[in-house]
Amino acid sequence: MFALIRVFSGHPVVDAVKLALYRPSFYRAGGLTQEAMRGPSQWSVADRELMAAFVSKVNETEFCIAAHTATSAIAYNDGAKVSATLTDLETAPVTEPLRATLRMLGKLTRESKVDADDMRKVLAAGASEQQIKDALAVAFAFNVTDRLADVFGFAVDDPAAINAGAKYLLARGYR
Amino acid sequence: MPDITSLHTSLVARVLEGEGRASVEIRHAAFNNEGLAEPIGKFVEKVAHNARMVTDTDIGTLRKAGLSEDQIYEIVVCAAIGQATRQYQNALAALTAATGTH
Repeated sequence: MFALIRVFSGHPVVDAVKLALYRPSFYRAGGLTQEAMRGPSQWSVADRELMAAFVSKVNETEFCIAAHTATSAIAYNDGAKVSATLTDLETAPVTEPLRATLRMLGKLTRESKVDADDMRKVLAAGASEQQIKDALAVAFAFNVTDRLADVFGFAVDDPAAINAGAKYLLARGYR
Repeated sequence: MPDITSLHTSLVARVLEGEGRASVEIRHAAFNNEGLAEPIGKFVEKVAHNARMVTDTDIGTLRKAGLSEDQIYEIVVCAAIGQATRQYQNALAALTAATGTH
């Protein structure tokens, strides 16, 4: 996400964001985010970008919603699917394992807790235990990033810049 | 399959125990969202539960209390990682309870 800011140049940033850029020795989460978003998984890159957008939607973090909606849309080559999922998960054209997983991630992000019954529902929908773990890794990464984006006031850029950032994330990842 | 366990452990260790301008005690308290004096306590609570409502005024209040930008930055990072970690660990425990595995 911080690499993305460099791509989205030309916008004033608060000093705290500059610190995020210039103090990688303190906060260096790129490796974790890269593993969660691009490591081998039964979820596609597009699915995981959609999870990132979905978690960010629940957190109402505009910068990350825009960035990961665009990234997921390009990765699926289907912007309508991403848009439908963020508008109404229950009627969106996604697989049942993904729908159930997103529902659980939404509750976790909103309420900060889920229980065994929530997890049984995701398993019953067809998601594997490993897929749930992989999805929780995505949620962790974005529950951190969304908070930093909110507090440090990441600016939401124009659509062309957002698209450029999305292509960068698909080509280069998060390191 | 992605396994962020070791990456998560090293990230948490780095922000809590690594070189920083805020004291290790404050970083731990921000991560745990407990035991902080005001105005840091209310600020960390907001980062953990309502980050989008944090304003420049909140940051200004911390600066007036004598905290540097570096220290504020570290407190925010610790608070964000702490809350996300509690969510993550709660969910992993729920998954273990659902599957009966470890």
